[in-house]
Amino acid sequence: MLSFTIRRIMIVFPTLVLVSIVSFGVIQLQPGRFTDRYLEDPRFSPETVARLEAQLGLDRPVWEQYWRWVTGIITRGDFGFSFFANRPVTSIIGELLGWTVLIAGLTMLFSWLVAIPLGIYVATRRNGFSDAVASFFGYIGLATPDFLVALLLVALVLNLGGTNVGGLNSPQFIGAPWSWARLIDLLNHLWIPILAVGTSTIAVLMRQMRANLLDVLNADFVRTARAKGLRERTVTYRHAVRNAINPLVSLAGLSLPELINGTIIVSIVLNLPTIGPLLFQSLMAQDQFVAMTMLLFSSLFLMLGNLLADLALAWVDPRIRYD
Amino acid sequence: MTKVRQRESLSPLAMAWRRFKRSKVGIAGGVILLALYLMALFAGFLAPYNIATQHRQYPLQPPQRILLLHEGRLMRPFTYPMVRERDPVTFRNLYVEDQRNPQPIRFLVRGERYRLLGVFTTDLRLFGVSEGHFFPLGTDRFGRCLFSRILVGSQVSLTVGLIGILLSFSIGILIGGISGYYGGWVDTALQRLIEVLLSFPRLPILLALASIIPPRWPSTWIYVGIIAVLALIGWAGLARVIRGQVLAAREIEFVQAAKALGSSDLRIILRHVMPNLTSYLVIAATLALPGYILGESALSFLGLGIREPMASWGLLLSDAQNFESLRLHPWLLTPGLLIVISVLAFNFVGDALRDAADTKLA
Repeated sequence: MLSFTIRRIMIVFPTLVLVSIVSFGVIQLQPGRFTDRYLEDPRFSPETVARLEAQLGLDRPVWEQYWRWVTGIITRGDFGFSFFANRPVTSIIGELLGWTVLIAGLTMLFSWLVAIPLGIYVATRRNGFSDAVASFFGYIGLATPDFLVALLLVALVLNLGGTNVGGLNSPQFIGAPWSWARLIDLLNHLWIPILAVGTSTIAVLMRQMRANLLDVLNADFVRTARAKGLRERTVTYRHAVRNAINPLVSLAGLSLPELINGTIIVSIVLNLPTIGPLLFQSLMAQDQFVAMTMLLFSSLFLMLGNLLADLALAWVDPRIRYD
Repeated sequence: MTKVRQRESLSPLAMAWRRFKRSKVGIAGGVILLALYLMALFAGFLAPYNIATQHRQYPLQPPQRILLLHEGRLMRPFTYPMVRERDPVTFRNLYVEDQRNPQPIRFLVRGERYRLLGVFTTDLRLFGVSEGHFFPLGTDRFGRCLFSRILVGSQVSLTVGLIGILLSFSIGILIGGISGYYGGWVDTALQRLIEVLLSFPRLPILLALASIIPPRWPSTWIYVGIIAVLALIGWAGLARVIRGQVLAAREIEFVQAAKALGSSDLRIILRHVMPNLTSYLVIAATLALPGYILGESALSFLGLGIREPMASWGLLLSDAQNFESLRLHPWLLTPGLLIVISVLAFNFVGDALRDAADTKLA
């Protein structure tokens, strides 16, 4: 297991190098550069702009810029400088990353808590009324873009007279020390993004759980368990569900980057302090180091998710051989 | 006398069609898709107004009702015109129905001139009112008819997926075919490329690539650019599957035979290997299409996709982005309904096709 883990981690690195090249290349292809805005500004002379470019390192050849960026990351953990915020990239990303992971994590927890019982419920009542209703809502959940769910929830809350939309805190709690009241206020704001990001995940998980459980319920060992005279409850939960849930463990690892993805656009709509609005802003403002770093990180999350999925599956399923 | 019953012999396609017909949701999805694409094709005829026409006197007017009863009397379908007033306290626009003045909705009326199917110039519209205005889904902040904009916007939203799939599947088949057929270092290099493409999550790389498109381009170029970006991301997963299939098919006898007969590599790939993958490709395309519709709507919603004066469902939804609109002008959310319906229909058809092909496909 250990050597499998190490080997699995090692193959991430060459891909990561290529990913960094692509991230850099894509951002370089953007038309114009950050300093263009100053050229149109009468208060800046062309010499000032040229000096600024020299200072930011934008006048160097492309390969040199790339090399400086990558060596900075490896040797000093320095991801570059945000022109827009006038601060190092790492100092901006840190806190935002925390909120992103928190929202994604809570969404994952929530979607599992909803989807798995729901999947079991409809699988044990196959082709019944509840099955039809659940599969209909599953289809709807898959077809609704997450930003639309967010918009609909906000419209609903506003038209019911609520005000807890947008941001993570009510105005009176901004900068206030942590307290029960603030935590409750936070949860009041968090349920909309969690529901918006989680809808499609719930739909996917529920369908998957239903299908897996139906497969397992037809297996021989389940018939044996029934033949032994076990109660249906025991058969379902002890024997069937345990085996049906295995493939979902790897789905959990794969859905983590999906969820972080989902927070991007929902956060832009709801004005949440996650990496989503930052990515968008940096792309629009051509804040290249921020944009490149965000691309790198998003890809890192994906690879991390795949890694976790592989490891988790190898861990829960003894049939998997790792060599 | 014995009755001789001719046993039908069915082609695989006919058999698949027979199985497909058994799925009620699949048929429903197909009918919805057909209706949607017909709607897009005849958008100009169905829309009461041109999408750029600004009715400045009616900004953000709520949808008008279609009614049958006027003062207790049954009439042909009619609508009450809206009168704009000012709220004396907030100075906000208020619209009130003018209930003394019912306007019958007339069919096949003369309206603004437009081009039908890109060929004929005509002014014949399916419906309209003779006096005043009729906005079935209300107007946006410039007083443009939302119903007309949704109809014409469907031309963009629904074609992005079709053209994108066509493009990305061509790339995927070509690259996957080459990779699997030749093997060796070509294969290794292409697989590396695919791996890198697949190690980016969809949305960030989509946003980054869309930000490459120069904002100063005319909107038709941007439309093409968006399709190109979507296709560029979409082909990698498919190419990997095709490669595996080609790798397997290479060893089959009839392919070996074709090779021995001296067929060219391209001919073998396209004529002997690909036909075996047709059903997989059709299903994969149907199931991948919603991703393109959703991708385009997300990009346009964020302002990185389709731009004015073109319209698409995502772009129309971006008008509903601020909290004030959501509270006061909820009708601006209707384009979202069409996104959901079209994606739903594609998923219905895709699932039914998969069941009809009766193969275990992801």
